[in-house]
Amino acid sequence: MKTSQSNISNLKSNERMSNGNMNLTLKVWRQKNAQTPGKLVTYKADGVSPDMSFLEMLDVVNEGLIHRGEDPIHFDHDCREGICGMCSLYINGQPHGPKRAITTCQLHMRSFKDGETITIEPWRAAAFPVVKDLATDRSAFDRIQQAGGYVSVNTGGVPDANEIAIPKVIADEAFNSATCIGCGACVAACKNASAMLFVSAKISQFALIPQGQPERYRRAQSMVAQMDEEGFGNCTNTGACEAECPKEITLTNIGRMNNDYYSAKLFREEEIGHHSEG
Amino acid sequence: MILDAKIPAGPLAEKWSKHKFNLKLVNPANKRKYDVIVVGTGLAGASAAASLAELGYNVKAFCFQDSPRRAHSIAAQGGINAAKNYRNDGDSVYRLFYDTIKGGDYRAREGNVYRLAEVSVNIIDQCVAQGVPFAREYGGLLDTRSFGGAQVSRTFYARGQTGQQLLLGAYSALNRQIHLGKVKMYTRTEMLDVVVVDGKAQGIVTRNLINGATETHAGHAVLLCTGGYGNVFYLSTNAMGCNVTAAWRAHKRGAFFANPCYTQIHPTCIPVSGDHQSKLTLMSESLRNDGRVWAPKNIELAEKLRKGQLKVTDLKEEDRDYFLERKYPSFGNLVPRDVASRNAKEAVDEGKGVGASGVAVYLDFADAIARLGEDAVRAKYGNLFDMYYQITDENPYKVPMRIYPAVHYTMGGLWVDYNLMTTIPGLYCLGEANFSDHGANRLGASALMQGLSDGYFVIPYTLGDYLATIGPKAIDDKHPAFAQTKKDVLDRVAKLLALRGTKTVDEYHRELGHIMWEYCGMARTDAGLRKAKGLIQALKADFWVNAIVLGENEEVNSSLEKAGRVADFIELGELMVDDALMRSESCGGHFRVESQTEEGEALRDDDNFAFVAAWEYTGENQPEALNKEPLVYENVKLTQRSYK
Ligand SMILES: Cc1cc2nc3c(=O)[nH]c(=O)nc-3n(C[C@H](O)[C@H](O)[C@H](O)COP(=O)(O)OP(=O)(O)OC[C@H]3O[C@@H](n4cnc5c(N)ncnc54)[C@H](O)[C@@H]3O)c2cc1C
Ligand code: SF4
Ligand code: FES
Repeated sequence: MKTSQSNISNLKSNERMSNGNMNLTLKVWRQKNAQTPGKLVTYKADGVSPDMSFLEMLDVVNEGLIHRGEDPIHFDHDCREGICGMCSLYINGQPHGPKRAITTCQLHMRSFKDGETITIEPWRAAAFPVVKDLATDRSAFDRIQQAGGYVSVNTGGVPDANEIAIPKVIADEAFNSATCIGCGACVAACKNASAMLFVSAKISQFALIPQGQPERYRRAQSMVAQMDEEGFGNCTNTGACEAECPKEITLTNIGRMNNDYYSAKLFREEEIGHHSEG
Repeated sequence: MILDAKIPAGPLAEKWSKHKFNLKLVNPANKRKYDVIVVGTGLAGASAAASLAELGYNVKAFCFQDSPRRAHSIAAQGGINAAKNYRNDGDSVYRLFYDTIKGGDYRAREGNVYRLAEVSVNIIDQCVAQGVPFAREYGGLLDTRSFGGAQVSRTFYARGQTGQQLLLGAYSALNRQIHLGKVKMYTRTEMLDVVVVDGKAQGIVTRNLINGATETHAGHAVLLCTGGYGNVFYLSTNAMGCNVTAAWRAHKRGAFFANPCYTQIHPTCIPVSGDHQSKLTLMSESLRNDGRVWAPKNIELAEKLRKGQLKVTDLKEEDRDYFLERKYPSFGNLVPRDVASRNAKEAVDEGKGVGASGVAVYLDFADAIARLGEDAVRAKYGNLFDMYYQITDENPYKVPMRIYPAVHYTMGGLWVDYNLMTTIPGLYCLGEANFSDHGANRLGASALMQGLSDGYFVIPYTLGDYLATIGPKAIDDKHPAFAQTKKDVLDRVAKLLALRGTKTVDEYHRELGHIMWEYCGMARTDAGLRKAKGLIQALKADFWVNAIVLGENEEVNSSLEKAGRVADFIELGELMVDDALMRSESCGGHFRVESQTEEGEALRDDDNFAFVAAWEYTGENQPEALNKEPLVYENVKLTQRSYK
């Protein structure tokens, strides 16, 4: 395949480091379970094709390990097309590896050089304990969503879809926030392990559209409270989350969330109420 | 056994409302006395679990991923159909019904399909109320587009991420019920068997994927919403974890498996790049709205392109064969999936394939870019173009995409009646895991519709009827059937863990995939299928001696997880081949080479094959028994499908 196309500025850069097959050294975090300490273990990956995806490269390493009777490297993955949010590797010090705006499963080996050493670790955050090797427990994210990441409507008895008109720009903006895949790269990227980008994406999606208004302030309060309870760190505006987010969720969302959170705190206590039906 | 589909009598348009009226209701105060088990939290499972909990039932829901938000439904791109007729372009419930029956090549039930079309309109309302950000027009109302197999614009979408947005909507409804304590969610938990007590499904056996704990769960009813089995082909567009285990275990406990050979091969996928390939990536077929499919006019040109002696962009207009537009002038590039796929295969088989491997045709956007501008094309398909570029390193704004068909969806699944109940009373099956609504071929944007229809609008009614019949007496896991089923599960795990042979489970899976693709894929023959059966039987025998399964049960063990799933896929593969062999007609996605029209189209045999094939398990290594549910058409006339 060639790289001669000019003017690809509108596509996310696909810098090709390698054409022929590569021999690589991998340093991989191995940890039996949450209770056992882990360590980096070195493996060789030879004859790696640049057209392989990063996870396919690991598949090949694992096939070799299994043939030798050794425990394969465990990592989370499912869709392998950048949408389920399951894959979560910290590669050479970056969540989802060296390229911007993609997930680990979308990373291809053409982004690496022959002879390179690649360090592969799990997400590191107190709120994401290691399950095994490279897989972590991100259920804290689910619990934050359960605290209020919804519009409280039951099935049936809702108005016709076109009775709710939403200006296209607003709908598009809400959609942008809604594209968060819940991968946790923002937390892994942040020196404080803050979950603000993730939480603010959901809060923004609903804060922007009419359906989200009735519970807007209560939602912001309960989701933020749950976030704090889960042990995520504070936001100090370093912007690392935005830079590493595979879905390019912007910091504007955090601004919107703070706005709703503080106006909820200051002015709307009685309006928000304290009942637990969400 | 006589299969009673329980389709209500009466005129088509009144069946569902009359049926709803005739169904027994559970008294509101009694609902909290019932426990319902929902396995799977994709669109079907999440919508069912949330809706049932809202009604007041106690729900336990299970998924094998680390979060319900990651079910494979998340990956659906293109859109969801609904007969809203917002476009004023002649759509109606009846037209959606008709298109679906015709698209399914007259192998689906009229009653089910009509109901699906009828509730489709409610789905869109529900999702919008939840805050699902569908695409909108400048006026603020919902936008739609047209999709393969339809001449009206009835597909609602959220850029190229419709499945994600719909699933996040259902997930949010589910989360609300988890928060309220009405749903207890078990993630990273795999169901490994159904517990049948006195002929009724009353529970399941699960394995905790973190620590291997094997547990039993009891309930008044069990709903399997566990998705499709396309990964039997190893390479497919399905997520890596998609598997048939839940459905297959239920099958072995007495649930009939219907039409297993009906698989859908999707025409617009990114071609295979090498042996390391672990899955295939779909490019939404909405691309066929603006992209034109073509192959070089002759073999010589194709060869030059393959060898790089000729650049595709230098190929003259008259040297390109837009074969779909040429053969099907009225539908053009929008013919149904099976037709588009078969035509691509034909071009490749004739030696006109392109790309280094020669196993691809072009999907070209040059005209659309000239007509609409690059920005408009980017606004519509930007994320798909990006995805293509990431994988292939080729820029589709400049050179045509290369595409080839890949396994994508399975129309077959557990047999269910009109109430979505399997042949085991109390065991229901929803979403892609059942066989019900798509006949021999599914139309684009109809799976999301069916999953949500089953979960939001069908099961909340039909389940109540069964629950009211059996009564609210508490059900626990003390019956000996629970201990016995748990023992069966543990025995099988032990048997798998004892395998310390020479071949990895992935190697078996890949081999199975090759057999299925070669002999039970886009074109099937009597001789090929017979051969495949022998190969699969040999593979199965070899697996249980020579596979390597490492580690222990009491830990995270992906080797063990995969081994159990692949063992089930091997058995399913054999049943698919049996089914394909038995059905010597062609229909929809099932193309028997012996049965085609002069023009090379699928030729049905309605006199002999207008039935649902429901297979009954009869014992280990015994041939399965075929049960036939006749398909009765009272409203549509069966015709040879034509998209000319
Ligand atoms: C790439 C792609 C694009 C698609 N695009 C479209 C589209 O545009 N429009 C459309 O209509 N359709 C589309 N489809 C089809 C559609 O997405 C699926 O048919 C549908 O989402 C299936 O939903 P489901 O709820 O039945 O199953 P899934 O979403 O697959 O969910 C299955 C659930 O079952 C769980 N599960 C499975 N087995 C077990 C077990 N043993 N124990 C515990 N849990 C288990 C899983 O964890 C998961 O939660 C697409 C499919 C693919 C592959
Ligand atoms: S905000 Fe971005 S990085 Fe964070 S979870 Fe969502 S998609 Fe992942
Ligand atoms: S595996 Fe789904 S996003 Fe990477």
